[in-house]
Parts: sequence; C-alpha cells; structure tokens
Amino acid sequence: MTDHTINPLLHQERVLAITRRHFLGRATKSFGAAALASLLIDGSFAAPAGPGEEQIVKAATHFAPKAKRIIYLHMAGSPPHHDLFDYKPLLNKRHGEVAPQEVYANRSAFVKANAKILGTPYKFEQVGKSGTWMSELLPNLKQVADELCIVKSLHTDQFNHAPAQLALHTGHFIAGRPSMGSWLTYGLGSESANLPAFMVLVSGGRNVDAGGAAWGSGFLPSLHAGVQCRSEGDPILYVSDPDGMDRQGRRRTIDAINTINEQQAKEFGDPETLTRIEQYELAFRMQTAVPEVMNIRNETQATLEMYGANPGAESFANNCLLARRLSEAGVRFVQLFDWGWDVHGTGPHDDLMTKLPEKCKQSDQPIAALIADLKRRGLLDETLVVWSGEFGRTVMNEARNDKGFLGRDHHPNCFTIFMAGGGVKAGATIGETDEWGAHVADNPIHIHDLQASILHLMGIDHKRLTYRFQGRDYRLTDVHGIVKPELFA
Amino acid sequence: MRTKNRTIVSLAGCVLVAGALIIPSLVSGPTDPSRTHESDNSEVVLIKDNTPQAGKTADQSGQKPVDFAREVLPILSNHCLNCHGPDQESAQAKKAGFRLDVREEAVGFEFIKPGHADDSAVIDVLTTTKASRKMPPMDSGKPQLSKAQIETLRRWINEGAEYTQHWAYTKPVKPELPKLPAEADPKWASNDIDLFVLAKLYENGLKPNAPADPHRLIRRVYIDLIGLPPTPEQAKAFVSDPSPDAYSRVVDELLASPQFGEHWAKQWLDKARFADTQGYAEDRPRSIWRYRDWVIDAYNRDLPFDQFTVEQLAGDLLPDPSTDQLIATGFHRNTMTNTEGGTDDEEFRVAAIIDRVNTTGEVWLGITMACVQCHTHKYDPIFHDEYYQLFAFFNQTQDNDNYNDQPFIKAPYPEQQGEIQKREAQLAQAKQALADAGEQPFAAPKDSPDKPTAAQQVLIDAQKALDSFMNQVPTTLVMKDFPADKQRETYLFKGGSFLAPDKDGGIIQPGTPKAFHPFPKDAPRNRLGLAQWLVHADNPLTARVQVNRIWEQIWGVGLVQTTEDFGFQGSYPSNKALLDYLAVTYQQDLAWSTKSLIRMIVMSTAYQQSAVQTAEKLEIDPFNRLLARGPRMRLSAEQIRDQALAIAGILNTDRIGGPSVSPYLPEGQLPQSFSSVRQQESKGADLYRRGVYTYWQRTAHYASFAAFDAPSRDVCTSKRSRTNTPLQVFVTLNDRVYVEAAQMLGRRLIQEAGNDVDARLKLGVWLALQREASKIELDALRQVYTQSLSDYRENPEAAAAMAVGPAPALPEGMDAAEAAAMTLVGNVLLNLDELINKP
Repeated sequence: MTDHTINPLLHQERVLAITRRHFLGRATKSFGAAALASLLIDGSFAAPAGPGEEQIVKAATHFAPKAKRIIYLHMAGSPPHHDLFDYKPLLNKRHGEVAPQEVYANRSAFVKANAKILGTPYKFEQVGKSGTWMSELLPNLKQVADELCIVKSLHTDQFNHAPAQLALHTGHFIAGRPSMGSWLTYGLGSESANLPAFMVLVSGGRNVDAGGAAWGSGFLPSLHAGVQCRSEGDPILYVSDPDGMDRQGRRRTIDAINTINEQQAKEFGDPETLTRIEQYELAFRMQTAVPEVMNIRNETQATLEMYGANPGAESFANNCLLARRLSEAGVRFVQLFDWGWDVHGTGPHDDLMTKLPEKCKQSDQPIAALIADLKRRGLLDETLVVWSGEFGRTVMNEARNDKGFLGRDHHPNCFTIFMAGGGVKAGATIGETDEWGAHVADNPIHIHDLQASILHLMGIDHKRLTYRFQGRDYRLTDVHGIVKPELFA
Repeated sequence: MRTKNRTIVSLAGCVLVAGALIIPSLVSGPTDPSRTHESDNSEVVLIKDNTPQAGKTADQSGQKPVDFAREVLPILSNHCLNCHGPDQESAQAKKAGFRLDVREEAVGFEFIKPGHADDSAVIDVLTTTKASRKMPPMDSGKPQLSKAQIETLRRWINEGAEYTQHWAYTKPVKPELPKLPAEADPKWASNDIDLFVLAKLYENGLKPNAPADPHRLIRRVYIDLIGLPPTPEQAKAFVSDPSPDAYSRVVDELLASPQFGEHWAKQWLDKARFADTQGYAEDRPRSIWRYRDWVIDAYNRDLPFDQFTVEQLAGDLLPDPSTDQLIATGFHRNTMTNTEGGTDDEEFRVAAIIDRVNTTGEVWLGITMACVQCHTHKYDPIFHDEYYQLFAFFNQTQDNDNYNDQPFIKAPYPEQQGEIQKREAQLAQAKQALADAGEQPFAAPKDSPDKPTAAQQVLIDAQKALDSFMNQVPTTLVMKDFPADKQRETYLFKGGSFLAPDKDGGIIQPGTPKAFHPFPKDAPRNRLGLAQWLVHADNPLTARVQVNRIWEQIWGVGLVQTTEDFGFQGSYPSNKALLDYLAVTYQQDLAWSTKSLIRMIVMSTAYQQSAVQTAEKLEIDPFNRLLARGPRMRLSAEQIRDQALAIAGILNTDRIGGPSVSPYLPEGQLPQSFSSVRQQESKGADLYRRGVYTYWQRTAHYASFAAFDAPSRDVCTSKRSRTNTPLQVFVTLNDRVYVEAAQMLGRRLIQEAGNDVDARLKLGVWLALQREASKIELDALRQVYTQSLSDYRENPEAAAAMAVGPAPALPEGMDAAEAAAMTLVGNVLLNLDELINKP
C-alpha cells in the first residue's frame, strides 16, 4: 500500500490555519469550529496554540477527575426494584391484600385503585463482605457485589418511558436537549484518535423509546451526538466501502479528493477546507479502526464465555464486551440500551415470572463479566459503570387485564440503580426507601443529582458546563442538581 | 495580534479614567475560560464599535457617548439581571431587592448616582476586594466583570446613566443612506444594500473583494435560489452572455422556477418542525405532508409574509377559509403527540400548547419564551402571567393528544378537485333522478331479499364512486377552535406545571406582552388577532427577525447572529442600519414580498463578490460579518443529496409535492419500541425525489441527513449547525444513494463524452463544478481512472460489483471495468470540497 503520511509542509500549513481558526473561533462559539475538539483527534489539533486556546478546547476539567470514561447500561423499560435489589419483606407478608393509598405515586400509567400488593416471587440474600441485598435473579452480579455502589433512593418526575428516558439522559422530558454523553464530549473532547467520543449500542430487538433523542446533541453541534453502532450491516453507518472497492481503491479516491481539495484551499483560503481534508484522512483511519474494535472475534474464547458473548448475534452480552473494547480504545462515553424490561404483566412477554428472569439471564452474566474484566485490566478505577432504568415500578400487581400474570406498573417516586468503578464507593448501599419500597425514606437522590454527581466524577462542575442557546446558558442539570459526595469513594 | 490590540485598547481606556488607579498589567492577559460566551454579545468584528475605548484619542471630547442599548444592557443582562431583573419572584431576586434594568429603582436606591460613578454603589460592589460584598456573588455562577466592562459602566454613569429601550424593542425606522468616504467607489454599489456594506467596510479599514468568477457566481446563485447547481449548458450560456442584464435575467428565471419553493420551503419546515411521525415512544406515522406542499407553494407564489403568517397561525379563523388556508394551519399541528399507553393526554396536550407559544415567540418575534412558562423572564420584560395570556390564544384548539391526531380534513390536491366535483355532480344527478322518479334511496337491511331499483342502483354506484375516490384523497391535520360556549379556561401554571393551575389568580384572558405595541383595537381576541398583531406595522420585531433569517440563509450568518434571540441576551446586529433598512423596506416598499427581498440581496454587488479569504480578512473578520467577501459555506443535507442526484442525471423533478418518500435505508434498522410500523424504503422513481420530500421520522431520523445537521424536528429549529465530520465523509463516500449517483455519473461521462478519457473527465468537472478542469484536477482524476481501470481489468468480479448495484444493469455494450473505474471518478467528484460548498 502507498505511504499514507502527508506532506509535512502542507501539514504544517494546515495546522497553522486550523490553529488560527480556532484562535479566532473563540469569539463566536456557536459556529461549530470551536467545538471541533471532541472528534478532532490528531494530536496537532488538541495542542494549545496560544493564549486563550483552552477556551476552544474545553478539555479543561474543573477539578481532578476520578473517572475518565463512562459505560452507561440502560435497561429500557425499567426493571422492578422490588424484585432485584430493594428487598421488602412487608410486601410478601401482605401479598394479595389491597394496597393502601400511601403506596401509590401521585400519577401512574395503568394501575387502578384497589390494586393488590405484590410480594416478590424471588428469594433475596445478603452477599459479599458488604452484605448487599440481592435477588436470586442476579447470581453473577452477586459475585461482584463488593464492587457496586447501590443507590436505592433515585427518583424522577416522569412516569412514561420516552419522557423519563429523556429526563434521565438529557435533563429535560421533551426531546431537544443535549444528552449526557454529548455534554461530556463537548466538555472533555475525545481520547481516541480513530473513534468517535460518544458511541451507542442497542439490544433487545427494538429501538429505545426515546429514539435518537436519548443520545442526540440537542442544540450542541451535531458533532457531539452519540454515534450508534449496529450489530447488523456496517458497525457504524457507511463505514464500509462499497462492494468492488478495495482499500487501495479507497486510498486512491481519497488521495485524489484531497489533492483537489488542497488546490481549493489555496484558492479560497477557507480553513474549513483544511478541516475537510483532515476528516477524509480520519475517515480512512476509522475504516480500519472501527471494524477492528467492533470485531469481538478477536477476543479469547475464555473472554467470550465469561461474557456469554456470541459473535455475529445481536445481544446485550456482545454489547457489554464491545463496551469494554470501545472504552479501552478511549471512547469517552459508551451508552448501552437494552429493550424489554417493561414488566407490566399483561402476558408472559412482559411479566415477572417469564420475561424478567429471561432479561436477567441475558444481562446478569455480561454485566458481572464487564465489571470483573475492567477490574482485571486495571480499568475499573478510571471507568464509571452505571446501571439504571428510567423509573421504578409499583408495589402493586398491575393486573391490567386480569389474566393472572404478575407485573408492576411505572412508578417515578423511587427506584434502584447501581454504579461501579470510576471513583464511586464500592460495596456501599446509599439511600433507603420506606418499608413498602414506594417512596424514598432516606437521602433522596433526584436524577438531576445523579447527573451532577456523574459529571463531578468526570471532573466537571455541572453548574459550569454550559452552552448558550436562545440567550440562556443551558446545562445538563437545568437549574437543579446537587452533587452527592456520599456516592464517592 | 488580537490580544495585543485588546491590551492596547484597554490601556488607552485606563489612562483616561481620572483618578482610577488601574494597574495596566491587570488589564491584559487571557480571558477567563469560564466566560466563553462573553463575547457573544459583542460582535467579534466590531471591535472598534464595541470597545468603548477604541478610537479614543487624548482629546476626550472626540469620544462617542456610551450607547446604553448596545454596550451597557448586554453587560447588565449577562451579569446582573438574573437577580436584579424582571423576575422578582425568585429567592435570589428577593434577596437582591431591586432591579437594575429599571432606572427609577437603580437610581432611586442610589445604587447608581448619575454623573458620579465613583460614588455609585454599583461600581463599588463591582470593584471591591471584599468577597462578602463582591458582585456578582462568587457563588452565583455568574462571571465577574472585566475591567473594560466596569469602565464602560463607569463612563455611562458619568455621562448621566441614561436608559434607552433595548434596540430590538423599538420600531425600526428606515435609516438615511450612509455617506461613503471619499476613497470608496460609489459605482461599486448595485443597490442600497451595497452602500451600507461599503460604508461599514471602510469604517473597519477593509475593502471589498473582486467580483466572483462568473462560473462560481452562476453556481452560487443557482444553489441559493433553487438549491441545485446549473447544468453545464446553463452555466455556459451565462458565462458567454455579454449583456449587462445577463445576471438579473438568470435571477428572475430562478425566482420563477417551481424548484425555488422546494428549496426555500426546507428552512421554514425546520421552524415549523414538520415531520411525518408523531414523535415520542410510539412515533406513529401521521399525514400532514399537504402542509409541506402548502409551504412550497406559498414560496412559489410569493405569498406575502404577512399573509403567510396569518394563514398558518389562523387560516381557520379567516372568513370562509379555503381548503388551502386550512391546510396552512398545519404549522402548529406539527407538535408531537404522545400515544404511549398510560400517558396523561392532558399533560401532552399542554406540552403541545407550550410548544406553540414558544415556537411562535421564536419564529416571529425572535424571543425566547421557554423560561416564562415557569417564571417571569430573567432578562427580557416578559412576565409570567403574560406567558399564559399568549397560551390562552392557543388553548382553544380541539386537538387533545389523541392517537388519531384529530382534527384533520380531507385535503385534495388541485388536480383531484376536478374529479371530486365530477363525482359529486354525478351523485347529485343520481339523487335528482331518484327524486324525479318519486323514489327513496335504497334502504333495505343487509340480509333483506329486496333488490334496489335501477335508479337506486345508480345512486348507490355514484356514492361508491365518490367514496372510493375520496379514500385516495390525503388528509391533513388542521387547527380548529372550540365554539364559544365550550372554550377552555386558562390559568397560570405555578412553576410551569399543568398540575398546578393558579385558580386563585383567576381566569387568564388572551393578550400580548405589555412591553410591545398594543394589541390592535379592531382585532379579535383569538389566534387571528394574534397573527394580525405579529405582522402589525408597529411590531418592532417580526420584519427584522424575518429579514435576518433570509439573510442568514444566503450569507450563512445573520446580521443578528443569534437568529432565534433578539432579546437582551441576543447579539447586537453587525450592521444595524442595514438590518433596519431591510426590515422597513421588506414591510413597506416590498409589501412583504420574500422573493423581492431575496432578489435584492442576490442582486447586490456584495453578494456577487469572490469568496476568497485572505489571511488579513480571515484575521479581522473570520465569519464574514462585514461582508468583505462573498458567501462560502457548506451546503445543507438536502442540497448535498439533491445535487449528487442532479449531477448523476437521476434526480426526479417530475412533480412538485406528494407524499413523503424514503430513500435507500440502511440495513438492520430496529423498529421503534412499541410501534409495529417500520419505515419502508420507496421504490422506483420515488427513490430519487428531492430531499424536501424525504420521510421525516422523528425517532429514527434519516441518517444521511442527520449526519449533515438536519434536525429531527421534534421542536422548532431556527438555525442548523454546519459541522464538518468524518461521519459525513462516510455518507458521501459509501451511502448507497451516493454510490449509485457515482455509478450513474460514471456511465453518463462514458455515454456523453465520446471515447477520449480526458474529455470524459472534463465533462465530469463541468457537471460537478460548472467550469473547466484545472491541470491538477485532470491529473488527479486521470490517475484514479487509469490505475483503477487496470485493477478492474484484472478483476472482473470486482468490476461488476463496483459498476452495478444499486444502479441497474449496465447499458448494452458498456465495459464493466471502464464503468467501475469511472464510478470511482464519480465518487471523487461527488466528494469535492467545492461541490459540498457554495463557492
């Protein structure tokens, strides 16, 4: 193959032009140039070029970060906290009784008045040195219990999927604001020379309720949007060359494009042309890097078995393994969505006895493997893993159609999430719900507090990571959010 | 360079402050990184205007007084009004105790002593070293003021601390045409725009560029007016036409082209958040594309903007509205509908009304309303109850977040109207015949043995014929108010929550904010009256905002950079006189004709300049706010695709309008969570329609458009960003749409340019860039071609794969290796920077 390096003189010229553009760019942020930092990646782009340059590359953190990268595991639909982490013997004691009014949230989706209390059908035990309560549905996770920081007192304002997912990931329940990953790449830039800074993996056979808005960049430049990886077809959309074109053919076309574009740059002097030349080179590199990182066949059989991964399939297990690979390769924010946790109990496809064990079986092993794998590679300390749904579920059996299946309705007042690595307190259980698991009894943590705390772990003051749009300095936590130091190691 | 300038400028300022001991070294140095937005209010290119000390000499009398609206208000707004502003209900405001945006309060409490800056408490708290008294408070999150800003305030107080109205809230007055300096060439100006531009350039020590090369100019004006490049023939005809009106004739032809509306509709559809699905979790399809066609048509017939406004906001309230006027009301029916099971319909009905209020504020007034849903605006004088007065206008429509999106109407295309009338006439005739025969319509129950008579059968058939035709007639969503006796009561929502209506505060009646011109006396208190208020001659904002949007489409950046915000937090215009001139001209002289406004802009000499950026101009004016060069910017998502198809000769321009279509979709798209509906790829000619017809699915936005910054249209988007990313590279290199375009372009070159390779390549450059190829270009393309040809000759299988699919089988007799190699040439051409940009 031909030499891919570029003419050093020309390169120097580009760097100067881009530097100059960056330097000038700081005055008017909204022009996109300023925010290029997150995907621009070639070391020369990130180097400070003069006084004030750090304003463009917002890569400066506000204080020392505990975590460098995030892997966010979102169980779309929302797992039932009563059946996995938040053990409430009272429910079993009073199973089948009409639930008292006090256990209802202010608003709910389907559950009717006089619904009956639903004791968990699953056994709980305390595990690890920490004595963490866990359900029998999570046998593998029990093995890493002492790595987890379990939070039982999360609460949100939304009780429908799409709005609640948006609230959790963008800070606002209506689509159109930047997601957490976008904020972070906007604030911190990328660590990887060949990969996007924010990548998204979806499993469960369906797209997430909130759609692309859950990883959208909102009013931030679209550069900061999450890039969805796909299990079928191209791993990243259109990364593969068309049939009949080999690498040499692609190299040849990019050489011709860039030669002509260099002429264009000389004629018009537009710095954007120089950036475009760089983007074609970056794209060429990504064409090798992306399939490479996305190919889990490169893992050992032992690792594949550890995760329960099956190359070629669409599965949450594969995505967990991919998350580790992407994170290891420097992707700042890896967002997983797994569809199918909405256990209303209208039939075996969404009930507590068939569907929930199935979802747990698909996810328990790979999540435990992910945490153990990060740990043995020395990556867990700098990688924050977060597991959550978008809200909690009811004390009561929903019994929407009275067909006898067990299930719980949406419940915004409390839910359980866990975090691991990245500076969180391992083996801790934070916050408590009341004896019903219906309301927060101790240390309420709103989703905005969670966002503020996650940003804090990444070295960012959530009040200071702002972007002016429509005359207002927006931030992920809107006008809310309190950092919760009790979550931190 | 700029840092140095700033230092010098600031020092000059310091020297002049009598008695102020400012140590020069404190003044320079890099700005605080937390204040990256600081300069958004000050125009980067207007250093001279905006830095109060600029141009100052030792003689203080030569100095312009501080302009409150331009220099002081942005400082107050950015640093102080969050607590000392209109919103006096917040905890911080209660602590703050007084408003700085109201002179009586600031002066009354002696925080400002006009004429005596050093005795004014405001200056004291800004400059004190005591953390407890320091303003803004350290924990407020608000940045501290720079020395230069404090100096501006100091001078303003010493000059008497006069308050004036925010510039954009004062009705524009047509300014005098500027006097040009002696060294400027008045012949440079083609129209009045140029006089304003030229005066500003000389004021800033810049000179205009030379005229653009005619090949570039013709491409630019085609792209701007119809969104497509000229054909080589059109370009050649223009560059070889020596007549002085050659350019203006082209402009007029393009303005009259039906493709003008297809191009210009797109930016409006972003504001209207037009999409083909309802949004949220289920994201079901909805039928509202007749609204999109209405917008295209409105641009094509140059519906004056005041009428354009009235029909979209209140077409249903006009006397005896036409079907078209009802279709127009789809503007505000593009809000999302949440059909997820278990949702509270009222919550999302209210969310839709809130969206309508905010969108109306943003689109027509350039005012950000969203904050006022929950509390009085922190900066602009819009009060919490006034938000709900606007809300009340929109709160009477019958839509209620229902899954079927009611109310909707049958909205036949013009060509369907005739057939409907024909079938209706036949039905009427059959009824008449039946009546004449003294018979009743056939009404026997289903299982009755009775059979209809001949006349009854004719009526049945006529009814069926009409019904079956009506089933093909598209429906579209419309606005419809409840009758007077069934209207909803509007209350203020405490904290913006629909669950907390302030019943004690009483029912809120429709009304407009007091800070603006009064509601017209003779106007009805409904959406129609609101629309009339928006386009009223006294409205200070609507014309400015609209002119600015048109300007932004052509120049890439508005005269007011913050297109969506003309309020206190918005940016000051780069050329206020020009903005006001255009606003008044648009409203009065041009009678709101958008085509005339666009014509005026593209006929200016400023527009026709070369886009070359010299190092000097890039340094002084990186974003071309002063217009010392022609506009050069990346094309939109739709333009990039339309252009590729056009150059390849496969763009389908047979008809204007019609149902939305889906171009090639990527494999492996997951269905939306609860929905069973999966988008279907279109077939045949529908694959090649213009981007404005692309099916817009909110939760699964067409990926190749999203990559080029097309918004998902969940909510109003005033301005698309223009990024430059590797994901875009993947689209134009490898998306099947572009692979097919490259294949078809390659075939076209083989078929149309004879056997000579160079002739084929030259034609390629003409098709792509409408000019002769340079030697560098020819060499680069030839190298791709010859090397690939030899590879493909050795590998016929690869050649066949590259040459065919998605493009159909090769034409009879075409060599696969040649076609494959020429496909690579096409691929190169479709990825050139000059092609992806407006030159």
